[in-house]
Amino acid sequence: MPRVSMINLSRHQSLGSALGEAVDKFARETCLIEADRERENHRLTYREFKEAAMPLAKFLQDRGFKADSRAAIIMTNQSCWLIAAYAVFYSGGVLVPIDYKLTAPESLALLAHSKAEVLVTEYHFWRAITQSEGFKNFNAGGTVIVTGAPENANLRGAIRWEDPEVKGEPVFVPRKRTDWACIVYSSGTGGRPKGCVLTHENYLEQCVSLTSLYPFWPGVRYLSILPTNHAIDFMVGFIGPFVCGATVVHLRTLRPEFVREAFTRYKINYVALAPLILKNLQAGLQKRFDELPPLKRFIFDRMVEVNRALTQKEPRLELSRILFKQVHNAFGGELRAIFAGGAFCEPQMIQFFYDLGVQVAIGYGLTEAGTAITLNDFKPFRADTVGKPLPGVEVKIVNPDVDGIGQVATRSKTVMSHYLDDPELTGETIIDGWLMTGDLGRFDSTGHLQLFGRVKNMIVTEEGKNVYPEDIERAFDDLPVKELCVFAANYVWPERSMLGEKLIIALRLNEGQELTEELIRDLSRRNNSLLNFKRLSGYMLWDADFPRTASMKIKRFALAEEIRERLDRQAAIKEL
Amino acid sequence: MRTTEQTIDEILDLAATHFKTAREQLSPDDDFFKKLGIDSLQALEMLTRLENHFNIELPDYEVQGVSDFRTLAERIQARL
Repeated sequence: MPRVSMINLSRHQSLGSALGEAVDKFARETCLIEADRERENHRLTYREFKEAAMPLAKFLQDRGFKADSRAAIIMTNQSCWLIAAYAVFYSGGVLVPIDYKLTAPESLALLAHSKAEVLVTEYHFWRAITQSEGFKNFNAGGTVIVTGAPENANLRGAIRWEDPEVKGEPVFVPRKRTDWACIVYSSGTGGRPKGCVLTHENYLEQCVSLTSLYPFWPGVRYLSILPTNHAIDFMVGFIGPFVCGATVVHLRTLRPEFVREAFTRYKINYVALAPLILKNLQAGLQKRFDELPPLKRFIFDRMVEVNRALTQKEPRLELSRILFKQVHNAFGGELRAIFAGGAFCEPQMIQFFYDLGVQVAIGYGLTEAGTAITLNDFKPFRADTVGKPLPGVEVKIVNPDVDGIGQVATRSKTVMSHYLDDPELTGETIIDGWLMTGDLGRFDSTGHLQLFGRVKNMIVTEEGKNVYPEDIERAFDDLPVKELCVFAANYVWPERSMLGEKLIIALRLNEGQELTEELIRDLSRRNNSLLNFKRLSGYMLWDADFPRTASMKIKRFALAEEIRERLDRQAAIKEL
Repeated sequence: MRTTEQTIDEILDLAATHFKTAREQLSPDDDFFKKLGIDSLQALEMLTRLENHFNIELPDYEVQGVSDFRTLAERIQARL
């Protein structure tokens, strides 16, 4: 049984304060392990973590960093990420976690929008930023700290992570619960930035809620794979384990073979994975099962049936570990649960793992709502839902149709304060205190939420990436056509499914213009210049002018309606 | 020392074998995600094979955003 050791978050006003108590309370416990392939870079106790963060906090404070100052982090998952974040919170600052997979111009756009005064990043990201055209407009007055810089590298004004020498101790800067903790970008790299302003209360309340269902304690090891800038890893791979004294394991590579090895080497208890990785694991296991000789396969199938029958009401982890010893050993033998996050999971896949006694906790959430709104509690297991609302979270269905399906809205202390510098968008998204999620869902008779698609014009990839059509339209800006508009196909032709989402472009040709192979090549070339998860799957032709507002913006919803009324999805979309 | 062209050839050979695709259907400027029908994890698996073949270590960040064989070859070539 776990020792109840979590610090009392109700006593804390801010993340800085809560983390401060944690690093002192769990001083001797292992806090972080960082590995790179088969090598272990280092492991830190909570005391050592604090000793690494305090000089950085002092350095920032000496350079004028104060309450509400903003600091961005662009880094892959690693110890320095969390050390820098703690130094920022300790100093009363606001953290701006930026997706390290963005291109340099995209990162620069978000750095400018967030007005970050400090940037902590890895050398190779910094090098890309400094070589980017937009670098000349970068706020040169700010502080840039880079890790992993080669000895003779030209840092273009940045400071090495290892270099700062400070004297004295930093001052802890207290914050109130309603103060800003983070600005997290849910989209807007190419268009209108959506910087979700999340308060200390948002995080503290979410942490209490999640740990009530999935507790951590000293000795528990969480494998951090989803990017830490993502809401899920930030909570489950940083705040959650820290306030409970658990250990976070970072890998500097996400090669599947090293991820698999990490499970066994570090006896991982919890991990959060995107559906794409789960699918990869499923395929690997399925291949092994399919290769079993007939008799062994027959026995294996019967064991699955037995396990399914015995775990119908609730999971029986110890029993499943005995029945499927080899499978569980491949996960290290001590895995308690996998949190599936970032995108929709196919029920069959979740059922596959549950049948083997591997619990995959499906949840549903969005950055605007903190981390999660609903989560499966396995009482009983349900593969076809995203679970029940978390404690303290209200969820309702707005304007349900005859089948009870409508837009999901949520209200709780975990919902963001607002979008940074965008009161209009905030007003459209948070209505009378309810966050409109843009997703379609309904509650079943047992209070589980089921999702059926989206109202909003966006897709979520299997890797957990949100892609908004407006953000990628710029890549096609001067394509020689009269007009163009990028859509999520399901926005034009709604489907009651969260699967098979794809992006398409609607092209309106000039008078007398033909669709030539050259035009399609141009379209493909631009498409291929996008990161692979942002690419269009197809194009369609439209023969009328796009409806526009007085300020000449495309009326996307009206255009989608017109297309839907006149064109059939299958016939209209041509593959790219 | 290999030339970049040789490196590209070896990458194409290896990709064709690993993903059971006809070698003649692959060319240096192909988008390997699309041409091989693979996802980002499978691409990482391919990288490991390439590392073993060329006896180098290629950090994940070096191949972030890379999707064609030629650019991949250039990144590998720089570490040979």
